[in-house]
Amino acid sequence: MSLISHENPPRENPWLWSLALAAGLVGWVALYRELPALSAALVRLTPLDPASPAGSALAFFFYDVPKVLMLLGLIVFAMGVLRSFFAPERTRALLAGRRAGVGNVLAALLGVVTPFCSCSAVPLFIGLVSAGVPLGVTFSFLIAAPMVNEVALVLLFGLVGWQVSAVYFGFGLGLAMVAGWVIGRLGLEGWLQPWVRDLLATAPAEAEVAAMPLVARYRAGLTALGEIFGRVWIWVILGIAMGALIHGYVPEGLMVRIMGAEAWWSVPAAVALGIPMYTNAAGVIPIVEALLGKGAALGTVLAFMMSVIALSLPEMIILRQVLSLRLIAVFIGVVGAGILAVGYLFNMLF
Amino acid sequence: MDIKVLGTGCAKCRATVDLIEKIAAETGAEIALEKVEEMRAIVGYGVMSTPAVVIDGKVVHKGSVPAPEMVRGWLA
Repeated sequence: MSLISHENPPRENPWLWSLALAAGLVGWVALYRELPALSAALVRLTPLDPASPAGSALAFFFYDVPKVLMLLGLIVFAMGVLRSFFAPERTRALLAGRRAGVGNVLAALLGVVTPFCSCSAVPLFIGLVSAGVPLGVTFSFLIAAPMVNEVALVLLFGLVGWQVSAVYFGFGLGLAMVAGWVIGRLGLEGWLQPWVRDLLATAPAEAEVAAMPLVARYRAGLTALGEIFGRVWIWVILGIAMGALIHGYVPEGLMVRIMGAEAWWSVPAAVALGIPMYTNAAGVIPIVEALLGKGAALGTVLAFMMSVIALSLPEMIILRQVLSLRLIAVFIGVVGAGILAVGYLFNMLF
Repeated sequence: MDIKVLGTGCAKCRATVDLIEKIAAETGAEIALEKVEEMRAIVGYGVMSTPAVVIDGKVVHKGSVPAPEMVRGWLA
């Protein structure tokens, strides 16, 4: 961060950047509003009858793919800019010395906006714990960071609806706060790996966070756009195509029996099934959407999704370097119980 | 010049090593490049996000693949 000035020679004008981005936003809105008409026009170019099942499926595909990709592009860019304000060092400074409770709430919220990649989970974990952030507060951060992210929220919003997206956001955050708080109450600092415990005695190296010019923040947004969009777009297209096929060919109500609210065992089964599965939100949400469409209960599907994203085996293996097996078991137990509770609660309420 | 790239072997860490090697070959800068993968050594530099670049013992970059201009600046 300190050498960011190399990236930004002084000739770059923040006003020009802002103006260009504003123009881009206007163009985005104009295009987004015209999407239904454009997709209808595209379908008319094909020989299919728009009223036929194949024609309507194609119209759905032509509308949904650009819609979700456009939403994703906008949000990923905006989050990239927002995240440039929350370097991990900043998050650490905000969390150091917080008590449980307030600390858990703040950590879960910061988990959403701090840049996070699972290969950085261990240095981040140690950076937080060694700066005096309580273990439970650190866990709130580590649970929220992968689970509540903009890709999950945009895909849920675009494919399933804003209500489910809002519910996922709220309960994902709530789960991170409560599970972290419970882990903190258990007082498991002694269950860290010995070399990590030794580190706690030493003061962490103070890292300064250099002020970042506006243009560098815009660039961070563009970088995020390139990275995340480049990784996710193929999943979106495949997922929507698969969803369209399932809508057309899997009989209605097939999932009611297996994943409906009546089957009490479906929630634990969904959680158990989710643990060994490792995919990002982009891979799992089209499946979620298709399952919902065939009569699976919302709570069961949410539990599956949270389990896939928050309790992933590869991440456990990474965290094994700093956590003892007992501590990982407690982590899985507490988070798994929380996901179960969310699943049952939703199946009861809706 | 002694350059270390800190990272546990993710794609971005490899990209960082490749980039530094490529630019060093272009500019003819003499560097000793080392990849640090051991977690204890990485956190010893106080780094919270990888890949990170350490030059002569000082952390100059962290959290992303550096821009080519940045690498040129270091090697100049």
